[in-house]
Amino acid sequence: MFQKTQGATVTENLEPLKPKDLGINDVDFYEVDQSPTVGFLGHMRGFWVTFSTMFKKPLTVEYPEVKAPTEERFHGRHQLNRHPDGLEKCIGCELCAWACPADAIYVEGENNTEENRMSPGERYGKVYQINYLRCVFCGLCIEACPTRALTMTNEYELADDSRAKLIFEKADLLAPLRAGMLMPPHPMYPDMTDTNYYNGDVKQAHPSQELDK
Amino acid sequence: MTTAQLIGSDPGWLILVKALIVFAVCVLLTLMSVWGERRIVARMQQRPGPNRVGPFGLIQALADGVKLALKEDIIPTAADKIVFIIAPIISATTCFMSFAVIPITGEVTMFGRQTAMQLTDIPVGVLYILAVASVGVYGIVLAGWSSGSTYPLLGGLRSSAQVISYEIAMGLSLVAVFIYAGSMSTSDIVAAQTSWWYAVVLFPSFAIFAISMVGETNRAPFDLAEAEGELVGGFHTEYSSLKFALFFLAEYVNIVTVSALATTLFLGGYHAPPGLGFTENWLGGWFTAIWFLLKVVTFFFVFVWLRGTLPRLRYDQFMQFGWKVLIPVSILWILVVATLRVLTLESAPTAVVVAFASTVIFIILAINVGFENVKKKKDAEVPEGDNKSEPSFAVPSLPTLPIEISTINVSKNSGGNRD
Repeated sequence: MFQKTQGATVTENLEPLKPKDLGINDVDFYEVDQSPTVGFLGHMRGFWVTFSTMFKKPLTVEYPEVKAPTEERFHGRHQLNRHPDGLEKCIGCELCAWACPADAIYVEGENNTEENRMSPGERYGKVYQINYLRCVFCGLCIEACPTRALTMTNEYELADDSRAKLIFEKADLLAPLRAGMLMPPHPMYPDMTDTNYYNGDVKQAHPSQELDK
Repeated sequence: MTTAQLIGSDPGWLILVKALIVFAVCVLLTLMSVWGERRIVARMQQRPGPNRVGPFGLIQALADGVKLALKEDIIPTAADKIVFIIAPIISATTCFMSFAVIPITGEVTMFGRQTAMQLTDIPVGVLYILAVASVGVYGIVLAGWSSGSTYPLLGGLRSSAQVISYEIAMGLSLVAVFIYAGSMSTSDIVAAQTSWWYAVVLFPSFAIFAISMVGETNRAPFDLAEAEGELVGGFHTEYSSLKFALFFLAEYVNIVTVSALATTLFLGGYHAPPGLGFTENWLGGWFTAIWFLLKVVTFFFVFVWLRGTLPRLRYDQFMQFGWKVLIPVSILWILVVATLRVLTLESAPTAVVVAFASTVIFIILAINVGFENVKKKKDAEVPEGDNKSEPSFAVPSLPTLPIEISTINVSKNSGGNRD
């Protein structure tokens, strides 16, 4: 029930607390000395502000010609990353889709087979769609992703002229192949498990991973 | 030979050419001023302004005009169709008309004839300008009324009230100029300013004129007629396409016209600034047009500067300023000027003139000190924490409590009966 605080009895505590008991009114405050505009020159000060601003450099970025870089951690278009040997990081777990507050992500997982291996481990994302008409770029999907498969780029030019074009497929989102990567499907690095992949032990593709097609 | 005599001997074709030139100058100045205003205001807000169409965005105004012309022309069903169409035409034509009596250059040679770049010179030129400006108000009133919509009506009422009130102050401020120049003809007034500009001699008149011309043209900070937050677009809310373009054009031509009028009446018109009189003969006298344009552009810059700096006034403050400050002050000033003028013309001894002037200054100072004291007393008298006193401005009456309570009871009873 009532706890005894600072030696006060229960009945005393039943009295409603006054602001002065809480010390709300004891907070220090400063009186800012704001002198009113005095005299003719005081009233003319605003004119000087606008006049002198005319000779300052405009802050406008001439956008289509000049593209100013975004902040480093700007939330732009998503990207599906790859392991250093080219296998996809996405395991089709759908956690991103579940995390999405705007219901913008659709994922369908599929089992990896020896003939068709897209990612290390059991599963990969077969269908991966992000609807940029719904996405609010909150980044919760990135926080949800257990394999760092999903990250965001700084790309912000996402306007288009139809709804269909703004639903990005897996092919649109996948990171490009870099040096040392092989286009999946291909087998895993010899003698490596998915845990090794996860820990970053795989540095690049092994010649034996190349499939003869 | 006076300008009136010079122009009087113009043949018909020369008058036509001049009319064309005046029109072209008006339109060009307007197009450039729209661009100039947007650029200058932009710079005052630290942005570049329109810079896409043409070099430095120079033909932005033209592009806007073309765009407006290609837009759908909507006439609301509730509108009075004929008046709705006539209103913008009145607005646009009257603003061009006042430029006819503005002297743009001094004596020049035009196609082998000695003349002056001024379309016509009538003995009551300035009154003519005031009259034409008053007719322009019809455009605004009729536009507001014929739209058949609330906001335009309110906007039209506001701006007509505004223009009419400030025209009084404007007209009164010109009286001092008439008294000193001894004429109402624009060219005579310019000629009278060869030695001293009236902006210096009649500074109070100039100040009143400068303020009232901002009110007269419905420009910021007196652009209450177009207070976006309150009245959408004011009187031209329902207008679109070319009709809107005409109002837009009229607004800017008006600015150019009042600037030209101010230049003519107070800044010596086409005359060069003191000390640069030798430039007036350059280019066979045509150089005076450059001085004229420079002065007009300076005025225009002040217009833009005002817009970039000052917030919009409240309507009642604005009206109070016009009626309770500008008009009384200009009447008093006319009395002083008239007395001084009579004293000088009657060749009264300098001592008398000085005595009169110093008495006036003394009285003004005394009144000012008195005002300040009253103000200080008032400020000191404000009781602590008393917020029951009536506000000094008009407020809607509060709803009376007993009636509200009884209606609530009635509705409750009727609701209960149904059960």
